[in-house]
Amino acid sequence: MVEAKVITTPLTDEIIENLRAGDKVLINGWVYTARDAAHKRMLEEYEKTGKLPFDVKGQLIYYVGPTPAKPNQVIGSAGPTTAYRMDKYTPKLLELGLKGTIGKGWRGPEVKEALKKYKAVYFAAYGGTAALLSKHIIKVEMVAYEDLGPEAIRKLYFENFPVIVANDIYGGDVFEEGQKKYRKLII
Amino acid sequence: MFTLREVNVTQIIETVKNMVMSSEYKLPEDFIQAIKIVKGKEESPLGKEILDEILKNAEVSEKEQVAYCQDTGYPVFFVEVGQDVKIVGGNLRDAINEGVRRATKEGYLRASLAYDPIFDRKNTGDNTPALIYFDIVEGNKIKIKFAAKGGGSENQSKQAMLKPADGLEGVKKFILQSIANAGPNACPPFTVGVGIGGTFDYSAVLAKKSLFRYIGERHPDPRIAKLEEELIELANQLGVGPLGFGGTTTVVDVKIEVAPCHIASLPVAVNIQCHAARHIEVEI
Repeated sequence: MVEAKVITTPLTDEIIENLRAGDKVLINGWVYTARDAAHKRMLEEYEKTGKLPFDVKGQLIYYVGPTPAKPNQVIGSAGPTTAYRMDKYTPKLLELGLKGTIGKGWRGPEVKEALKKYKAVYFAAYGGTAALLSKHIIKVEMVAYEDLGPEAIRKLYFENFPVIVANDIYGGDVFEEGQKKYRKLII
Repeated sequence: MFTLREVNVTQIIETVKNMVMSSEYKLPEDFIQAIKIVKGKEESPLGKEILDEILKNAEVSEKEQVAYCQDTGYPVFFVEVGQDVKIVGGNLRDAINEGVRRATKEGYLRASLAYDPIFDRKNTGDNTPALIYFDIVEGNKIKIKFAAKGGGSENQSKQAMLKPADGLEGVKKFILQSIANAGPNACPPFTVGVGIGGTFDYSAVLAKKSLFRYIGERHPDPRIAKLEEELIELANQLGVGPLGFGGTTTVVDVKIEVAPCHIASLPVAVNIQCHAARHIEVEI
């Protein structure tokens, strides 16, 4: 088994340059959550005010809407949601300094180009393994848009949160490369 | 034939609450067994590792009684009401919604429904209103089937109004294309529900309903059973693999249901079910 690369947020260009599609990575430190509704509101606000609810420079956004925490939990189940739905908003956030996103599934060509241009990565977490992934989240703080409930922006503190580099700055794509190896039928 | 039987809504509320919560915490046993079997056949080392994580996640969610997936889904019910049942103490639809409401609160499920789809998309806060398909059947029992349908896999589902001339080959091609396109977005390995025939809308209902069959349970019509088997084999040659990272396990099963259709039509619907295959059935 290949050793995982361990990284800590905030991320620098140097860290990003060292990541290749297919690498296993363990993420440590604070990351921000945002999904459909938060992205929409955040970028509409940015259009009007030129401000975002948090400084995205060097940061990671995890596409997640967790279940509510039970009394003995820090956070409920917290696996990734499908990333392409955020494609419309991602290039702008990368331009503003965001260093990466965590989700599941394919990204569109605009996002892949923006990753190269602004030196950022897209990580895939194991979709649907939400009960296991929540164990790597040890602190949670509310940041903004609490009225959005599960879609609010929160800060999560990761401890060795496991992901795979899905798209890197060199044009690598873990899904395309992985599937090509096992594809016997082209439809 | 059957004696008229009274069922109080309090029993329905409690039954629905319990079935929703237990299905969010524990995947069906037949699905877990199927994952263990396909794990042995998976050729990709990463794919095998992911199938292991899926099994571990199922173990943890059951043991700790927490949601298997953070997307606790859109509550979908198929309810078969015996015509000799008399509901007392309230109405059936409200009772089902009350069960969902209580399961969401007491079971720490995520509120995942937007009340209005295009304007403000405000969250309803309690996963109601559930989607409920009612059917009237013989007898004095109520059969409640529940699926927690996640958005990720539902988003990748497809429907097509093919031409009769497209025939069997056209149907197969559409199903396989839908599976390949769903890819990593919809959390494979999938159970694929297919509805062929009926109308535009009914094909999709059939596709969703087919997902209640046990894993490995073939259609009683041998021609359809053979088609299911063929599609399982072909889908697993697409290379999608566990969570789309590549591999030989893309589907654990393909279920097909058929219905008569118009002489001008060939409707096909493909409902993609992710590995959070939460389906449960209870009879009252």
